[in-house]
Amino acid sequence: MNDSPISRGFRSPRQTDNLGNRIPPGQYLTRDFPVLSAGPTPHRSLDQWSFTLGYDGTLLDSWTWSQFQDLPQTNITADIHCVTKWSKIDTMWQGVTFDDLLRAAGLRAPPAPYLMAHCDGGYTTNLAVDDLVGGKGAVVTRYAGAPIEPVHGGPARLFVPHLYFWKSAKWVRRLSFMETNKPGFWESNGYHIRGDPWKEERYDGD
Amino acid sequence: MIDARPASGRRLEWQVAVVCDIAVETPRVKTFVVRVDGWQGHSPGQHVDIRLTSEDGYQAQRSYSIASPPEDELIALTVVCVDDGEVSPYLHRDLRRGDKFELRGPIGGYFVWTTAAGGPVQLIGGGSGVAPLMAMLRHRERRDHHERAMLLYSSRSVEEIIYREELAAMAGRDPDLRIIITLTSQQPERWAGYGRRIDKAMLADVCFPPETNPRSYVCGPTPFVESAAQFLVELGHDPLSIKTERFGPTGG
Repeated sequence: MNDSPISRGFRSPRQTDNLGNRIPPGQYLTRDFPVLSAGPTPHRSLDQWSFTLGYDGTLLDSWTWSQFQDLPQTNITADIHCVTKWSKIDTMWQGVTFDDLLRAAGLRAPPAPYLMAHCDGGYTTNLAVDDLVGGKGAVVTRYAGAPIEPVHGGPARLFVPHLYFWKSAKWVRRLSFMETNKPGFWESNGYHIRGDPWKEERYDGD
Repeated sequence: MIDARPASGRRLEWQVAVVCDIAVETPRVKTFVVRVDGWQGHSPGQHVDIRLTSEDGYQAQRSYSIASPPEDELIALTVVCVDDGEVSPYLHRDLRRGDKFELRGPIGGYFVWTTAAGGPVQLIGGGSGVAPLMAMLRHRERRDHHERAMLLYSSRSVEEIIYREELAAMAGRDPDLRIIITLTSQQPERWAGYGRRIDKAMLADVCFPPETNPRSYVCGPTPFVESAAQFLVELGHDPLSIKTERFGPTGG
């Protein structure tokens, strides 16, 4: 980066709070909660909502909204990082961890190394199972103590905070295991296949 | 929303952009026209990341939509000055012709329209959300494209209309293009156009009928996009035909 042209008069901001090590490269801190999605916000009523785990066309398990609420609930506080450059710290969510979902489905081990998340509205995103197990991923239904608003992904969104936030797919309905890693929606539209903010994996080829 | 294409695996490298021109669009909006040697071209609707580097090595990145059509050699970036922002105030106050900064792109393969798409297209923009839509309109004109098109542009006041003269001229030249402006906060005397926020009745009036399968592009601040997209769905437009781009409040 030595050959980056210097912008005369452009200065680094005074760091008022000591957050340097919590903000990945190229990101900036926001207090708001910006919204990004590719199409209209779907509005799904809870009695028409279900959540499904599948593998190769086979149904592994499925839950209605109330069944899903009866699964073990975990509170998660984490920093989130959007590929559009904002980061938000100490966000608080509640939901069911991926580990608990596997347990509830009676799976001792994940049946395949990758999965595709499918959402209302047609959105998809791919993930490695390794990025979800061990408490790293969850399906969350509450944000800051209240049900997640539709605009932020409610009734339920995936939550994988150690990856860029497009991986935390809004309006998630189904996780389908797959043997090989295939790109989802943004991953087919120029974005990185994994999306680790600390490696700044924003775009394809980063 | 399934426009999947294979990943190229080629990294988007940072390139140096040289400022060739700076145009004042409105009191809060400027367009920076830059030259990027070896630029690979873009599609209308795509954006770029820019990166500024301070003398002590600190770097900041932001994303800005490209407002110029792919037919142009130079790239136009239309930027709102966000008062408490970090990057846009610098661009507005300090950047001069001949200055350089880094840029990489084009980014985003979804919120894109080209004349190859066919069918009527309706563009719905709020505030600076008109920028990527302008790239589409300029592209359309440069290609001498005659499928019907419509831009519904919501601005607070006449003074805040970006590309005002160019839009008026474009609509005057092109009978297949309708440009409708609504002024939400201040209307001049004898203003005959809409004077309210975009609502369902307005969209029902100005949009192409859903049966004609228009493609819809909605860009602007989040609440604007949320409501406009929702109204389009309620009016019977296929949700998969509606592409949205939301500008968060922290575009700074």
